[in-house]
Amino acid sequence: MTALLSVRDLEVNVGDVRVAAGLGFDLEAGQRLAILGRNGTGKTTLLSTLAGLREPGAGSLLLCGESYEKLGLRRAARLRGLLPQGHLDAFQSTVLETALIGRHPHLDRWAWEGREDERLAREALAAVDLAGFGAREVHTLSGGERQRLAIAALLAQQPGLYLLDEPLAHLDLNHQIAVLDLLSRRAREDGVGIVMVLHDINLALRHADRALLLFGEGRTLEGPAEAVLTVETLSRLYGHPLREMRDGAARYLVPE
Amino acid sequence: MPTRRRALLVILLLALLGLASLAIALAAGSLPVSAADIGRALFGDTAGDTEGVAAEVVRSLRLPRALAAFACGALLALAGALMQVLLRNPLADPYVLGISGGASVGALGAMLLGLPALLVHGGAFGGALAATLLVFGLARGEGSWTQTRLLLTGVIVAAGCGAAVALILSIAPENKLRGMLFWLMGDLSHAATPAPALLMLALGLLAALPFSRDLNLLARGDITARALGVPVARLRGGVYVLAALATAVAVTTTGAVGFVGLVVPHLVRLAIGNDQRVLLPAAALAGGILLTLADTLARTIVAPQQLPVGVLTALIGVPVFLYLLTRSPRGGAS
Repeated sequence: MTALLSVRDLEVNVGDVRVAAGLGFDLEAGQRLAILGRNGTGKTTLLSTLAGLREPGAGSLLLCGESYEKLGLRRAARLRGLLPQGHLDAFQSTVLETALIGRHPHLDRWAWEGREDERLAREALAAVDLAGFGAREVHTLSGGERQRLAIAALLAQQPGLYLLDEPLAHLDLNHQIAVLDLLSRRAREDGVGIVMVLHDINLALRHADRALLLFGEGRTLEGPAEAVLTVETLSRLYGHPLREMRDGAARYLVPE
Repeated sequence: MPTRRRALLVILLLALLGLASLAIALAAGSLPVSAADIGRALFGDTAGDTEGVAAEVVRSLRLPRALAAFACGALLALAGALMQVLLRNPLADPYVLGISGGASVGALGAMLLGLPALLVHGGAFGGALAATLLVFGLARGEGSWTQTRLLLTGVIVAAGCGAAVALILSIAPENKLRGMLFWLMGDLSHAATPAPALLMLALGLLAALPFSRDLNLLARGDITARALGVPVARLRGGVYVLAALATAVAVTTTGAVGFVGLVVPHLVRLAIGNDQRVLLPAAALAGGILLTLADTLARTIVAPQQLPVGVLTALIGVPVFLYLLTRSPRGGAS
């Protein structure tokens, strides 16, 4: 079976910063990959490269076995979805209309959103605890509600691969867990792949199968989360000493 | 929930209002014309008719002028709506990137040289395109093409054109000043033929409507739009060219009529939302209606004197806009 995302010898640069060099990994259906790194190491740049929105410096990148160039923007948009950081709302729009933008790549040029699209959008809103918000104006939402709405638009897009840039930003604790549980369920039950930029090590330990660390200057480490997320690597990653605590089988990493 | 049915309903309603506004424009004026006269003038055969004068006035004076007003109002509103998406700013207008400034320099320059009307139109069109290309070329720079940069370049080019216009006005002989001022304010009494504006309107709508759902996404940010499959760079280039051409044709026909391109898309958006699939045609129709009615007022309110229509649109537009600005939570300091 072809991997959802296949990365070989990938080199990513932004300005003078080398984000990754010689990066290679496969993400299979149902796997969840957490990307961790300090501020400014290029996590967002890497994610938009993986989304095909940025040319890599070198190397190859295959989505479902095909290059982005061959797929084209529209087909790619049906296979992978991106949750960007921050959301622009220059114009008025309702919550339902905003969730419906995820249906765009599935609609023909002259087609309008139909009942099925509306059902999917409402389901997505309910999944992020925004049921009943459909008619609200977007700019009346709080930061956390706006973030959940962006996740709902991504769910309505129904991609096979989710690329999420800090999906937990602005979310309160219960919604952080709810969103991660939702993503994990999609991975387990529907076999979608998840790539997410996270800052919480312990949530990454609980909700990721694999981890990718960006150390800066192009140095990266990728592997099974259990093996990669250790006191040694993470202390080195963040430049701050960490300590491991255990509660039965569960491991917790806390800053000294 | 956006539906096609609601969109068609809105557009049908506005189209009927548009026809009504054209009928008013044909009927109003110093020579009273009845509905029957209009019908005969448009559809009937009036050769040898005793009512020939009314039919002649409708056919060769009022109809071309009404159509020109409608088409130019529609073009300006369409260009304004497109610019607002392009600059992702609900307060942008078709002139914000210096198009009217360039056209003014071209037209007034031609007037100063005493060139015939056709070349004044040509000068306006050439000036508009020159300003467009200048702004586009400068803002593009090394490829990064941000809204802020485009906007700032446009504002600066417009300021430069303003200075050139002031220079032309200050050295122009007295007998040309009145014509120049009317041109600057926007005036339909010299609109030669509505054909180019009507053609451009048809082309503009045909070019923009297939991409209106893409424009909805463009309004939500480049990354979001690209991630959902919109070819952002190509779309923005196309929108820019289309808005510039629509504005250039309108300005060439009527001079720099203000506020239609700013207020109409904004008002329509408040009324029906920001779905470009409805907004673009609805704004075009509403712009056409507004300018047709404003021009009818301009030529009848102090008849036989004629006012420049731009004065009327500004007199209507400024208070409406200020009201929207204080009311809307997005426009002002929210």
